[in-house]
Amino acid sequence: MKGQGRGLQAYAALYLLFLYAPIILLPLFAFNSGTIIAFPLQGFTTNWFAQMWANTTLRTALTNSLIIAVSASILATCLGIFAARASTRFEFPGKGGMMGFILLPMVLPEIIVAMSLLVVLLGAGVQLSILTVIMGHVLICMPYAIAILSTAFSSLDKSLEEAAYDLGETKWSAFRLVTLPLVMPGIVSSLLISFTISLDEFIIAFFLAGNQPTLPTYIFSQLRFPKQIPMVMALGTVLVALSVVLLTLGEYFRRRGNARMGGNPTGGFL
Amino acid sequence: MTDDRKPMIECRGVHKHYGDYHALRGIDLTIRAGEFFSLLGPSGCGKTTLLRTIAGFEDISDGAILIDERRMEEVPANKRPTNMVFQSYAIFPHLTVAQNVAFGLRRDPRGKAEKAALVDDALAMVGLRGFGNRAAHALSGGQRQRVALARALILKPKVLLLDEPLSALDRKMREQMQVELIKLQRQVGITFVLVTHDQEEALVMSDRIAVMFEGEIAQLDGPEALYARPASRRVADFIGVMNFLPARILGETDGTVTAEVPGLGPVELPARQVSRANPDDDGPTIGFRPETMTLVGPTQTHSQPRETNATIDEVVYYGDMTYYDLRLDGAAAMDGKARPVRISMRNVFGRDVQEVGTRTRLAWSPGSLVLFR
Repeated sequence: MKGQGRGLQAYAALYLLFLYAPIILLPLFAFNSGTIIAFPLQGFTTNWFAQMWANTTLRTALTNSLIIAVSASILATCLGIFAARASTRFEFPGKGGMMGFILLPMVLPEIIVAMSLLVVLLGAGVQLSILTVIMGHVLICMPYAIAILSTAFSSLDKSLEEAAYDLGETKWSAFRLVTLPLVMPGIVSSLLISFTISLDEFIIAFFLAGNQPTLPTYIFSQLRFPKQIPMVMALGTVLVALSVVLLTLGEYFRRRGNARMGGNPTGGFL
Repeated sequence: MTDDRKPMIECRGVHKHYGDYHALRGIDLTIRAGEFFSLLGPSGCGKTTLLRTIAGFEDISDGAILIDERRMEEVPANKRPTNMVFQSYAIFPHLTVAQNVAFGLRRDPRGKAEKAALVDDALAMVGLRGFGNRAAHALSGGQRQRVALARALILKPKVLLLDEPLSALDRKMREQMQVELIKLQRQVGITFVLVTHDQEEALVMSDRIAVMFEGEIAQLDGPEALYARPASRRVADFIGVMNFLPARILGETDGTVTAEVPGLGPVELPARQVSRANPDDDGPTIGFRPETMTLVGPTQTHSQPRETNATIDEVVYYGDMTYYDLRLDGAAAMDGKARPVRISMRNVFGRDVQEVGTRTRLAWSPGSLVLFR
């Protein structure tokens, strides 16, 4: 028994090492003054960050990616709220099939989505731009947004909105005053997940962005030039740091919200 | 109850269809101002639907609902002079107790201090003085119930609607809240309409009760009349326990019916003890409540006009009460079927619990019988 336990522990340790060691290497080489990504480390430098900051193409890519991720996450979450509320509050013909088809892109190979979208968009004569990427990203973020938001909505007592309405509020103000605050943790989770999905999405961005760079497509294009790799490492470091901050914030707000409402988790993902 | 109070709620031929499902089938009902009224029935009988149409959460398919002599068709729930206490209480978990109670005052033009005083009064009224700053989600079931009451009553509605308000509470708490609700209703004088499936609850609290089956009102009466003279076998069966024995009608003069009951013998029943609504179509049936007959020992005397010999088949001891299932001598004479009857005896000091198999006498009066025909 004991040996078996140790074996499983070693497995878990190796698994975590494989998962996180590469990420730990990012900051290591980002601050390494050598241009070659190899041990031993040479001197400490912040040059790569300065070089990254001065790179205008990278800044365009970053701006594009942020615009896309913010728009896509807000759009997907807003549309997700409609779908989640409809599916948890009302019965209508074809509901099961409809919800199934909306959630399907979660398991559909992204390359198929990207390819078919490209064909349709080109066929319709739509100019490829970050707008088309936003459309594609809303499509792939929606299933996640709806999954998270449905959990949040379905754990709500239907009587709550009715009670607010009964107490003199309008249907809209009842939603705003009662339902919205109660599903807010789910909304924050949905925004965060959608933002993260969109920010590092490659295939759709690569197919639909036209000549506009996004962060992932830019990074991919730079990997061909060994000289640029330390700068990419610096960029990766910044992104990891940002992700950690963002997820910590999200989880903090979710837990605070839960504590305030009596620890009834509604659609968190951590 | 005096019947001279003005009508507060009038339902006139109210129908409700959900697709093919006919949930309310012509409800005619007048509830008077200041009345504690109950809609009682099994689940699916339409009682909650009726309550929700009065509240305005459901449209009616046909008929009319008037509240305080005003037609309600065009009046949405948020403009009706009714407030509701929901089965789940629907306390807003993200707000404090005081914020919950003050929720309905959001559109009230009065000042902050005045509103705070109203909230304090409302909380005091339901016995939650000083609970204002508590988080609503941290309350117990009974406390939630009180907050829901305070939140609805602070708006001084003409009608308070209560949808199974006590079903989520444990037995002790429920009995306590029943008494408190009666007191509260007397104190505020508002018309209360209660939906419940619990006949005991309805009997305890109501001035009048409408018993509903399948979207129709089967009987509308005060608790005592409902219990003592149910209009049909079905109502009798739903409210409390009732024994049923087949009867043979021998004759009828001026509404007084003479019937032969196997085991009990011939009885004469005046019109008030005869119910002519017997949709179950089982033929004439005599009904009586378990507590209306008494077991008497061999040497014991009694003041009842009639007695019948019987054998004790089963004894169920409840502490304060004992239930006896009896076989009446001659009960099987009509069709060969033995029909045990249930008698309840209060376990007063000095009265022994009888044993199974004992031969005994049953003392009774024809005045406690009801004939369904």
